[in-house]
Amino acid sequence: MKYTYYPGCALHATGIAYEKSIRAVFAKLGAELVELEDWNCCGATAYTSVKKTVAYAISARNLALAEKAGLDMVAPCSGCYYTLNRTREALSTHAELRANVGAALAEAGLELGLNTRVRPPLEVLLTDFGIDRIVAARTHSIADFRPACYYGCQIVRPFPAVDDDPENPMAMERLLSALGASPVDYPPKVRCCGGMLVATVPEVARELCVHLIDWARERGANCIVTVCPLCQANLDLLNVENGNGERRRIPILYFSQVLGLALGCSREEVGLQHGLARVTLGATPLPLSARGGAR
Amino acid sequence: MRSLVVDHGGPLAPGVLSGTERDLREAFLRDIDRIPGAARLSQCIQCGTCTASCPVSFAMDLTPREVIAMFRAGAIEDLLKSRTIWLCASCYQCTMRCPADISITELLYAFKRMAIERDILPPKFPAHVLAETFARTVTRYGRNFETGLILSYYLRTQPSGLLRRRRAGFALWRHGRLPIRPHRIKGLSGFRKIVARAEQFDLPQEPYEGLGSRETGHATFGR
Repeated sequence: MKYTYYPGCALHATGIAYEKSIRAVFAKLGAELVELEDWNCCGATAYTSVKKTVAYAISARNLALAEKAGLDMVAPCSGCYYTLNRTREALSTHAELRANVGAALAEAGLELGLNTRVRPPLEVLLTDFGIDRIVAARTHSIADFRPACYYGCQIVRPFPAVDDDPENPMAMERLLSALGASPVDYPPKVRCCGGMLVATVPEVARELCVHLIDWARERGANCIVTVCPLCQANLDLLNVENGNGERRRIPILYFSQVLGLALGCSREEVGLQHGLARVTLGATPLPLSARGGAR
Repeated sequence: MRSLVVDHGGPLAPGVLSGTERDLREAFLRDIDRIPGAARLSQCIQCGTCTASCPVSFAMDLTPREVIAMFRAGAIEDLLKSRTIWLCASCYQCTMRCPADISITELLYAFKRMAIERDILPPKFPAHVLAETFARTVTRYGRNFETGLILSYYLRTQPSGLLRRRRAGFALWRHGRLPIRPHRIKGLSGFRKIVARAEQFDLPQEPYEGLGSRETGHATFGR
């Protein structure tokens, strides 16, 4: 299977571990990710707070480039996933906006393209590969992981990515428990981490993140597993700003890192070295056979 | 309790709008049908589901429900001066749950754009600078440059913040997560042409013909 890959800005900076682990997981499963040639920023929700048509136009440039490849596009960052789909929807339904954006793209010799499906990797893995196939590819035990599965906002709202209850998604729990981990019950799983407020109004973002981490600890989780680079960074930074020593911090991981470990990727391949908390659990995942054939 | 409607000079009869208010309202309504998802504003039943769902309403000076009520009451200038629109973290919980199917998040983006355009901003609360700096960074490189964005934001708003948050910055850098150089896309000149052309459509447009029509029923209020 082959996909266009849209990393988005965060995955080349604060979210580098997400990029590494997604690439590692897709390679293990025999799928090819072809990075979108010369992609630009999706605009996120910040650009649209300043200029409307420009925000849609720069987002549409990516869709226009992706259209040429003709493949589904994997966008791991929830912000990119949402923004690109928001552009698809708005341009499909608003004729005037579509005409204006089309005229803007023509300045760079591009043609509007709205047919590319933009999908987050969690959904691609569950739909195109399926839990059974992923479990069959498992080589290492992740039984030490008791994750709090945290979805955040833009993967479930307003376009729920996975065929799931947007108020109580269970996709990550289903995947990780099938692989042998023990996800805890985590009620605030779709609550906001504060997003960009971490820069503008840090005391408010902090309030939200403290709540998310405390809740995970209370439920007995030994890590929080996310799908979004902004959620990961905000929670991970709170770990640091709380002044906890590295060993006392709760690891904030991407679901793809845990999945990668189960599929036999090394700690470096899934980018554990980029986390701000030291990951001691499942440090050297044991081959399944050494665990008495847990399979 | 603080009066929600500030007196902008001169006694106004009930239901009569000040000059600024009338101007803001007309500009906003002229464009409302051009905002995907926002045209249902007039359907708000003031149930408060948005406020109850909002994870940051605890920190807002006006709740999301009040924002809509104030817009309909013609207090747009006050609403643009509130911190609320800049506290929205774009989590879409209100939009998802609104029984009248109003895209409140999109409405807030529209208020943000209007606030920047008209330079009507909350005092001592420079959160809008991040959005502006973000847009400038992206226009410059074609991509965001997180390190530069944060540095430039703090330098422009509160340089002491850099000192306060140095541990966080250092931790990210030490773990290889803060690149020190921006990446420029190859098609930057074409990208900038797209931006320049699209910007022209964001200048004030011809009046929307249906102003005051049934689509935006509240437009007749106070006229």
